[in-house]
Amino acid sequence: MSAHGKPYVREVSRYGWFFRSPRYLRYMAREVTCVFIGLHALLLIVALMRLSDGREAWEGFLVNLTSPAGVVLQLLILAFAVYHSTSWFNVTPKAMPVLIGENFLPGAVIIGAHYAGWVVASVAVLFLAGVF
Amino acid sequence: MAKSNKPIVWGLFAAGGTVTAFLTPALLLLTLLPAFGVMPVLLSYDNLRAFAGHWFGGLVVFGILFLMLWHAAHRLRVTLHDFGVRADGLVAVAVYLAAATGTAATGYFLLRI
Repeated sequence: MSAHGKPYVREVSRYGWFFRSPRYLRYMAREVTCVFIGLHALLLIVALMRLSDGREAWEGFLVNLTSPAGVVLQLLILAFAVYHSTSWFNVTPKAMPVLIGENFLPGAVIIGAHYAGWVVASVAVLFLAGVF
Repeated sequence: MAKSNKPIVWGLFAAGGTVTAFLTPALLLLTLLPAFGVMPVLLSYDNLRAFAGHWFGGLVVFGILFLMLWHAAHRLRVTLHDFGVRADGLVAVAVYLAAATGTAATGYFLLRI
């Protein structure tokens, strides 16, 4: 025990703490994207399962994919996936600062490079898949 | 210094987050397009089967799904703690086991194509 009496411990709610500030809420939104990334992985695994089941199964899967429920599910995942991408790229200068000589490369340059790479990768995926 | 497996766990999480950040939105656009009347060439049964059945295509799919699953599992572990769940040992076993099961299923279905 310190000589100055009982130390002050700020009370923090164990469950609802992230509603206290928009900053905490944004952090939680970023963390919760993992649920939707997991859902997308599951969707891809089901796709592989249907593909390995044969032609009819795959075509049935495509029908499910294009149903209203399938579209809503994918749009929901897409929204969180885009939030994951932007929040991920926005912290790259902190996650991996680039030192050139004695100066750090400006954060905006690192973030900008990631966004440019994101565009290139997305176009490459759609091009390789024969969309255009 | 004490030995720790944290760098490996975090390294795979970061790799998965990066792969996901670059690829997931595009993959979702790809599978959303048929609903809007555009059928990507790759999504026909014959083409997708040829792609995923080829050793290289299969390896790419396997690698992406392994990293995605690991990323989601590790972040879910941390997020559950943030939501007030304090049984980290149990949570860790559950999420990593789920990721491992998903990875094994991916490998199984790829080999079955």
